[in-house]
Amino acid sequence: MSSETDFLLGVEGLTVSFDGFKAVDDLSFYLDRNEIRVIIGPNGAGKTTVLDLICGRTKATGGSIRFKGRELTRMKEHEIVRAGVGRKFQTPSIYEDLTVFENLEISFPRGRSVFGALAFRRDADVKDRVEQIARDIFLADRLNDLAEYLSHGQKQWLEIGMLLIQDPALMMLDEPVAGMSVSERKKTAELLHRVIQDRSVLVIEHDMDFVGDIAHKITVLHQGRVISEGSMAHVKADPKVVEVYLGH
Amino acid sequence: MTFLNRKDIAAIAILAVLLLAVLPLCLDPFRLNLVGKYLTYGFVALGLVLCWGDAGILSLGQGIFFGLGGYCMAMYLKLEASSPEATKIQSTPGIPDFMDWNQITSLPLFWRPFHSLAFTIVAVPLVPVLLALIIGLAMFKRRVGGTYFAIITQAVAAILTILIIGQQGYTGGVNGITDLRTLNGWDIRPDHAKIVLYFINGGLLIVCVLLAQFVRRSKLGRILVAMRDKEDRVRFSGYDVANFKIFVFCLAAGLAAIGGAMFTLQVGFMSPSFVGIVPSIEMVIFCAVGGRTSIFGAIYGALTVNWARTTFSEGLPQLWLFAMGSLFILVVVVFPDGLAGIYRRYLDPLVDRMLPPVRRRIPVAAVAETPQVSPTFAE
Amino acid sequence: MLMGYSLGDIGSIMAMQGFAGLSLFSVFLLMALGLAIIFGQMGVINMAHGEFMILGAYVTYMTSQVFTTYLPSLFAIYFFVAVVLAFCVAGALGMLVEWALIRHLYRRPLDTLLATWGLSLILQQVYRSVFGAREVGVDQPEWMMGAASMTDTIQIPINGLIVMALTAVISVFVFLLIYWMGWGKRVRAVMSNRAMAGAVGIDTEFVDRVTFGIGCGIAGVAGSAFTMIGSTSPTAGQLYIVDTFLVVVFGGAQSLLGTIASAFTISQARSTMEFFLSGSMAQVIVLLTVVGILMLRPQGLFVLKVRR
Repeated sequence: MSSETDFLLGVEGLTVSFDGFKAVDDLSFYLDRNEIRVIIGPNGAGKTTVLDLICGRTKATGGSIRFKGRELTRMKEHEIVRAGVGRKFQTPSIYEDLTVFENLEISFPRGRSVFGALAFRRDADVKDRVEQIARDIFLADRLNDLAEYLSHGQKQWLEIGMLLIQDPALMMLDEPVAGMSVSERKKTAELLHRVIQDRSVLVIEHDMDFVGDIAHKITVLHQGRVISEGSMAHVKADPKVVEVYLGH
Repeated sequence: MTFLNRKDIAAIAILAVLLLAVLPLCLDPFRLNLVGKYLTYGFVALGLVLCWGDAGILSLGQGIFFGLGGYCMAMYLKLEASSPEATKIQSTPGIPDFMDWNQITSLPLFWRPFHSLAFTIVAVPLVPVLLALIIGLAMFKRRVGGTYFAIITQAVAAILTILIIGQQGYTGGVNGITDLRTLNGWDIRPDHAKIVLYFINGGLLIVCVLLAQFVRRSKLGRILVAMRDKEDRVRFSGYDVANFKIFVFCLAAGLAAIGGAMFTLQVGFMSPSFVGIVPSIEMVIFCAVGGRTSIFGAIYGALTVNWARTTFSEGLPQLWLFAMGSLFILVVVVFPDGLAGIYRRYLDPLVDRMLPPVRRRIPVAAVAETPQVSPTFAE
Repeated sequence: MLMGYSLGDIGSIMAMQGFAGLSLFSVFLLMALGLAIIFGQMGVINMAHGEFMILGAYVTYMTSQVFTTYLPSLFAIYFFVAVVLAFCVAGALGMLVEWALIRHLYRRPLDTLLATWGLSLILQQVYRSVFGAREVGVDQPEWMMGAASMTDTIQIPINGLIVMALTAVISVFVFLLIYWMGWGKRVRAVMSNRAMAGAVGIDTEFVDRVTFGIGCGIAGVAGSAFTMIGSTSPTAGQLYIVDTFLVVVFGGAQSLLGTIASAFTISQARSTMEFFLSGSMAQVIVLLTVVGILMLRPQGLFVLKVRR
């Protein structure tokens, strides 16, 4: 099973505890190349913690996370990003004091060292790429506005754009449509369908219509453990899932 | 120079004309020397704009770096003033007088390289930057920031002052290093020398302003602002945040050190009263009064506050602490953006109207590359 | 540096310096307890904390003057009256400051630092204008001046014992307040989510004001204790502020037990070393050690592991 060509991301026996409380408990799952996986589960199931563990924000107590054959648990956050893992936070995390253009430019994967950043030039490459991404995320006409003035939904798109410009092999999105209007949600789904070419996506989401719309496969978490995994139909029919969601 | 826009060039030109023409023409040498002294704090304020205003790292230890820079320069000058001929009445000729008074019979090892001017010029920025590097590595790599960082830097300032005062045989103690005379044979005390030093100081300040502006307008400058806002987002965009903090902290230290060295040259002595907690926090207030996010504001802030201090202490010394205290509170509570904030709010729109409209106005942070970017994006 | 002392001598020195250290410990701890409440619980950096202490010291000084002039017969007990007054005056000023200044700055911790520094400058000048720039000392009643002899070589001053007892009482009071009465829980609730705390029925403004007032009041008590070991001057408070912050940070800002342990360690280390080294070098070494340890363990000595 663990031959490295099979999957992009392999999580095995992942455990983390905070003062004795196991937020994630012996968790294992595998993510294929070009797969869209959605993680669902009730509040406190450990969904966000799983993303935190993969991107290095939280250090695991035990277990392993292998990404393209590299062990992520021993790497620092920025190394994990450079290895090709992008992460979007639950609340839009963008730089409000900078313009949309600058927000995207900072995420452009060049000049990431101190002196690289000093020497960084805004050449045609950068501008083309930023423009192209801005069109993808419906913000082409907002490039010179401060990010502060964007609507909530636009901020979410901007953050997705900031991931896209890094061109990550694995993109992790924490509730990308939370707080969005119906029309924004549709556009986001369309955006995600477009951007998943040649990459894998790991999404946390509560909105089941949206989940059904994008997911290839669904993993259900409960109290830090996987209780069900498979297609939408499979998961919906699983009595354990029904019990978790309706049982209490 | 692509990192300057029209307004920057105008602001730098105004500053340069003011410092290098208006003030020298209007003031007598004594007052000019005072202004020169105030301007040395402009270097510190410049560093604080980058470190505190942009990156959000409040250092309460800039006096450390100002002082170390000043002490490096003072050590060189003191050695030159302590030639064996000049000190032949001492029991050990050829060492600084205070060492002789403290029964020290040979020059301590760490003083020896300061016989060389070249070494001194390198050491002035380098020693403080190295210390900043050590503090920065220890703190930022472990993600210590915010209030904890401020308190630790303050403690280091306290330690350094106590050390300097306590080790008077090596440092001149509470009096500092005094009675400095010549720089490589050139007497720094007469009025004409002070005027020359003033111009060197002013010129260096302009160079440092250009340097600071270059850093702020590079991508690094935008990363600093981004870090202040959302540190985690920067980290998860593939940057090693600690390195950027260390860099800007070291840069601020180096700038403060240049200020310190120029202070020693113009004032003619260096003492622990410019190193410790109180001067360090005052330096922060110079910057805050001028505007923590504006390099020009910070320089004018340093000038204004110090000028006010001199005026008060000449007339009403007992009122100075009241005035200074109220200024702290007022700036923090009512004008967090200082003089520059007031300028941006009331005067900048007027300036915009007066300038011939070249292109549509775009927000300040994007101004950097206006000439190249706006045709493609603005409309 | 230990040469010339016999082992017994060194034991006595350690014991007596240790006791001298205990007086310093009392002042440190009282200062730090006040600051631990204000900084650890409320997140406000009060750089004027030393000036609140000095206010307590001046109140003690004035009380002693009043008793000498008007109530010489009761002079023996003036100190206890002074402690209560110091707490009340410093606490009242603290509440006033919270209302006028601090409440505007809860979201900007670094700015509270600058604003309270401004406040400290103003207070220093007020003290200077009212009491003069010279140091003032407090007369102590006869019975407090004596010393209790433990052995032939070890003598312990009575005023030190009183200060210790006072410190113990205040520490117990703070513990009860924070842990037993649930005040700490309320303060943290207000700090972490003001709107929500208000919504569940906590009077947030009252909590802020009283908490800040109590912290400052305890600093005032520290000032009373301070008059026993040092003389009072307008700027004496400033000398203690950095040490106090280090005590609080070193102990782990949220842990009162840590505060006590670190106040004890730092004051003992300093006073023991002071006997062998110059005072300034002892201070440098202790500060450097503390800063060094904080660099290795930035979260302080006592802290819980929590999810960020």
